[in-house]
Amino acid sequence: MPQSMAEKIVSEKAGKPVKAGEIVIAKVDAALTQDGTGPLTIRQLRKFSEDKAANPGRTVQFLDHAAPSPRMELSNDHMLMREFAQTTGSVLSEVGDGICHQIMAERFVRPGDLMVGADSHTCTGGGLGAFSTGMGSTDVAAAISLGKTWLKVPETIRFEVSGYFQRHVYSKDLALAVIGQMGADGCDYMSMEWGGGAIDAMPIHERLTVSNMAVEAGAKCGLMPSDDKTREYLASYGRETDWRPLAADPGAAYSRVVDIDATQIVPMVAMPHTVDNVVQIDDEQVKGVQIDQVFLGSCTNCRIEDIRVFVGLTKGKKRHPRTRVIVTPASRAVMKQAADEGLLSELLDFGATITTPGCGVCVGVHGGVLGDGEKCLATSNRNFKGRMGNPDSYIYLGSPATAAATAIYGVLADPREVV
Amino acid sequence: MDIKGHAWKFGDSISTDHIAPGRLFHLRSNLPEFAKHVLEDVRPEFPSHVQQGDFIVGGKNFGLGSSREHAPQIIKMAGVGAVLAKSFARIFFRNAINVGLPVIVCDTDRMSDGDEIKVDLEAGTVLNLTNGDEQSFPALPGVMREILMNDGLAQYIKDHQDLPIH
Repeated sequence: MPQSMAEKIVSEKAGKPVKAGEIVIAKVDAALTQDGTGPLTIRQLRKFSEDKAANPGRTVQFLDHAAPSPRMELSNDHMLMREFAQTTGSVLSEVGDGICHQIMAERFVRPGDLMVGADSHTCTGGGLGAFSTGMGSTDVAAAISLGKTWLKVPETIRFEVSGYFQRHVYSKDLALAVIGQMGADGCDYMSMEWGGGAIDAMPIHERLTVSNMAVEAGAKCGLMPSDDKTREYLASYGRETDWRPLAADPGAAYSRVVDIDATQIVPMVAMPHTVDNVVQIDDEQVKGVQIDQVFLGSCTNCRIEDIRVFVGLTKGKKRHPRTRVIVTPASRAVMKQAADEGLLSELLDFGATITTPGCGVCVGVHGGVLGDGEKCLATSNRNFKGRMGNPDSYIYLGSPATAAATAIYGVLADPREVV
Repeated sequence: MDIKGHAWKFGDSISTDHIAPGRLFHLRSNLPEFAKHVLEDVRPEFPSHVQQGDFIVGGKNFGLGSSREHAPQIIKMAGVGAVLAKSFARIFFRNAINVGLPVIVCDTDRMSDGDEIKVDLEAGTVLNLTNGDEQSFPALPGVMREILMNDGLAQYIKDHQDLPIH
């Protein structure tokens, strides 16, 4: 039987051929928690086990959501996670190392792996061809302890993307366009599987962005093929031996195939307060909306390439005096690279604030909380009411290029019109 | 097992940020305190007025967003007997079962705010005692039923030292 990518990976991990709809037990190759979910994971695990990890070398605790800690309660949570990492011999990613999904991509994710994480954006790993999905603390505690999980093999919607991206249009715009079209529950419980010429040509950092947002359409995972681009990416982090080719079988069964012409996509914006509330940047509903804060960051869009795009448009300019700009590099490695390339200096000249690699701004914990009635354009993945720490504020989502244009003009602006 | 209480109506797309806001991130290791704020950004009176056994009655895609299991934990801790909705987001649904909070897919348009509701989990029925309407809901997959009946996944693993299916 020809298999989708999801069926193929789960079959390997279940040790038998499986097809969509079956409930199976599958081996887990890697598990992650972060400081928002890790303390509860540890407390749940302690209800049924001593502090033990089945696969400590691929169990990773990330201190990234409150980094550095803004409150004593969170400092104590960090202490608990450090202690658990030490006792179990699992991996600890310290304050300042960066966002869990970025570090997983740099150091751990392998094509064909089955990964679980106590963070909904664990689906980012699909960008490297891993069946990688978010779960809650108890499920991840079980996976850490037993080295396996139960899951329903998802049905697959295949997205076939042809054509090429126009100038100033990025994979973030593709992701927003697709979520707008499918709806926030349009891919509930499904695997989103990506293919076609525009995906073959897409570099890994942009694939990670698309896979990262699979959960915003309700999907369990967002799977990209593993190809030569994947091999080059892994090789750039000294991990070429982790590479293997992986793709769906021709003739695999899909619940639906969606054809997209990348050439038709323009810069897109998700309006408050849902990610599927998507319009084109030139829509009357967003044209001229004044923006108080621009945020270039998150596991969606603050890799080195994103910073290059932002600086490419803002170099030599000053931010609009009304608009604050916060930049949070996705990881220590990204921040160092940006420093080495002189990009941090350009950002500071532009008037940006640069914060510690982590998640705090995006998730409303600290460092960029909005005031009452304020509006933010963020390159992150969620704009729910209260997401950035204030239920009386408004979040728009867009690409790093749209963020750059908006920071220059102080209103939601089209990157194709930057002069 | 019967659960009886009043309906608290909520709209479509109630996210985990509505249920367990990020601005209260520091309360994640203090769930009794966190539960005093559950859903307050949607209905400020909810946490202080919800009674033991009451139902959250949502619309489409209830619980979308983050994987934070604190969301169903504090709903349960506030005394809610079950969450009823037209549909649920995937991670929330699984988390709720894992912490022993019943989640029921049904037509919630047939209930109004304040209606007295009775849910029979064994029979799979929702009875609206206020307007007399009765509907049945689909059974959970076997694995989830076992977890729910064992008061959650942690307790199940403690008792069996394994996952519900092998």
